[in-house]
Amino acid sequence: MQLSNRSKKMVVKPMTLKERMYLPAIAAGLGITIKHFFRKKPTIRYPEVKREFSPVFRGLHVLKRDDLGRERCTACGLCAVACPAEAITMISAERKKGEEGLYREEKYAEVYEINMLRCIFCGLCEHACPKAAIYLQPDVMAPAFYSREEVIYGKDRLVENADKRANAGLDRVNGVRKLS
Amino acid sequence: MESVLIFKAIFILVVFGITLLTATYSTLAERKVAGFLQDRLGPDRAGPYGLLQPLADAVKMFFKEEFIPSSANKWLFIAGPSLAMLTALMTSAVVPFGDSIIWDGQEFKLQGMEINIGILYVFGIVSLGVYGIMVGGWASNNKFSLLGAIRAASQNISYELAMGLSIIAIMMMTGSLDLNAVVKGQAGFHGMAWNVFYQPLACIIFIVCAFAECNRTPFDLPECETELVGGYHTEYSSMKLGLYLFSEYTNMFVSSAVISILFFGGYNFPGQDLLPFSHNVITIIGAAVFFGKILFFIFFFMWVRWTLPRFRYDQLMGLGWKSLLPLAIVNVMITGAVILLTGK
Amino acid sequence: MADKLFYFLTFLALLSALMVVFSRNPIHSVLYLILTFFTLSGHYVLLNAQFIAAVNIIVYAGAIMVLFLFVVMFLNLRSETQEKTSILSKVASVTAAGLLMVVLVAALKDVNLGTVQATPDFDSQVGMVEQLGKVLFSKFLLPFELASVLFLAAMVGAVMLGRREPGEQNTF
Repeated sequence: MQLSNRSKKMVVKPMTLKERMYLPAIAAGLGITIKHFFRKKPTIRYPEVKREFSPVFRGLHVLKRDDLGRERCTACGLCAVACPAEAITMISAERKKGEEGLYREEKYAEVYEINMLRCIFCGLCEHACPKAAIYLQPDVMAPAFYSREEVIYGKDRLVENADKRANAGLDRVNGVRKLS
Repeated sequence: MESVLIFKAIFILVVFGITLLTATYSTLAERKVAGFLQDRLGPDRAGPYGLLQPLADAVKMFFKEEFIPSSANKWLFIAGPSLAMLTALMTSAVVPFGDSIIWDGQEFKLQGMEINIGILYVFGIVSLGVYGIMVGGWASNNKFSLLGAIRAASQNISYELAMGLSIIAIMMMTGSLDLNAVVKGQAGFHGMAWNVFYQPLACIIFIVCAFAECNRTPFDLPECETELVGGYHTEYSSMKLGLYLFSEYTNMFVSSAVISILFFGGYNFPGQDLLPFSHNVITIIGAAVFFGKILFFIFFFMWVRWTLPRFRYDQLMGLGWKSLLPLAIVNVMITGAVILLTGK
Repeated sequence: MADKLFYFLTFLALLSALMVVFSRNPIHSVLYLILTFFTLSGHYVLLNAQFIAAVNIIVYAGAIMVLFLFVVMFLNLRSETQEKTSILSKVASVTAAGLLMVVLVAALKDVNLGTVQATPDFDSQVGMVEQLGKVLFSKFLLPFELASVLFLAAMVGAVMLGRREPGEQNTF
């Protein structure tokens, strides 16, 4: 059956003298390799030279605080629902009196865990978040690990430090990230 | 007499050192060349441009566990790599590295051993080179090693014949078995009467056979890792493995030297009789040029290794017996006929 | 110097030759045989016959012994697989070897060793390639050519034996 006209008919001819001598083919091969010898090498010498991140890079998650240093997350669970890899789990709790300086909303996440082995860094949690609480940093990668327990990131490692806000590079990519 | 002996002793030490140094840096060069041919950089972490890499490799080799399999033949297991290294190093004794240096009215030849059967000596030592592999492979008491050893043996025997016959054509032209005389015979045309121009076929046959005798790709079937794990050195570890690998590079150095002597003019270089320098200066330049030729052929060995895939075993044997051997015989006959007709 | 070297080489040659016979492992035997060839080459060098020395190494140590080793490796002879030799064959081999020794002694006992004198017409180059070639192609031309015919016949025979019959499978 003729499917398309692109199929090629194979013809196996006996080798010509030139082909049986091997040497012309070997010389041609040597010519190709020596061309590569003088080519510019694409290698990046890693510890000295670091590769630029792409402007849309999505790295390690961070749970943001607001201007007053209060946690933004209200434990609504939308991120967990949106997550295609089901990497996020959380337990919510009610804000007590006197904790207004810690949590912005009346409900907050008591436990918030992301399993970095499951996470595919798609950024859908960031999209889903109504409080702009979860945020994938554009310049930090999830580091390598030795044990599986280490990969489950709890609040201790996710919530950003009140003094050092993780907004480095935020200005650089602001426009792009809003659009996407 | 005394001064000649002292000179020879120093010269042999220097040659020994140069051989080892070149072989050491060949290991780095191999990886660098491989990297560059594959658009990579190769090792560049140990020292500037990775120049200390051979040192790091040697340290690693020495500190690895010395392992001898329980069912191996212990003495022969140790003798294998030693034999390989011994035969690899012996050949450079007869290589003429330069013409001669005249000092205080006395002539010192830049050649370790001035024997008039230099080529036969080289050939004899090369034919012994396979013992290291065979003994080591058999003593390992491992099927893969044994297969590697057997491959090495049959390969060496097969390619020795074509190699010897290709040299015979050169011998007929030169009329001597002395390596120095072979080099001197290529001094015509201002140092450009190289044998490769008169004997291109012999040159190709010899180079192909040299690849086979050194067990280099495309003929590296004795250590072919896709079929035989590591071939004859499967069971080896530590510096014993290092000696095997090192002897391969030493062999490469020596065969590069022999190729340049027999076919590429040795220490002759174009325009050597036109330069207005003294004999000693010319000799030193010639030695440097000879060394350059050796380095080029070492590079050529690596270049071919990272270009061509490995032959299949029957292809290897077919090439040796059915192509190279008849071609070499035809070459000898043509050379004989031409010498008979032109009478020179 | 030279005579000391001679005695050393002779001692080594005899020792390794004896070890060829006495070692139980055939691989060791082959390796001792190679050592014997080396010492013989050393003797040739002492006799100023460099060409013969080199050819001895190339042909015997480099080619023939490699083939020997090659074959012995395939046999996989281990001490536990050696079969017992019967009394009869032991007696027969001792008798044969004894007879050979008697013949050798009888043949060599009256040999006059003679003495070598450095006569004025002594040619130190007699063992060199040029002399050897001239002698081979003049005085010993007929034996030389006959030997080559013999080799040719052997070669043709080997090719005939190794030739694949039509329809025979490749047994690699």
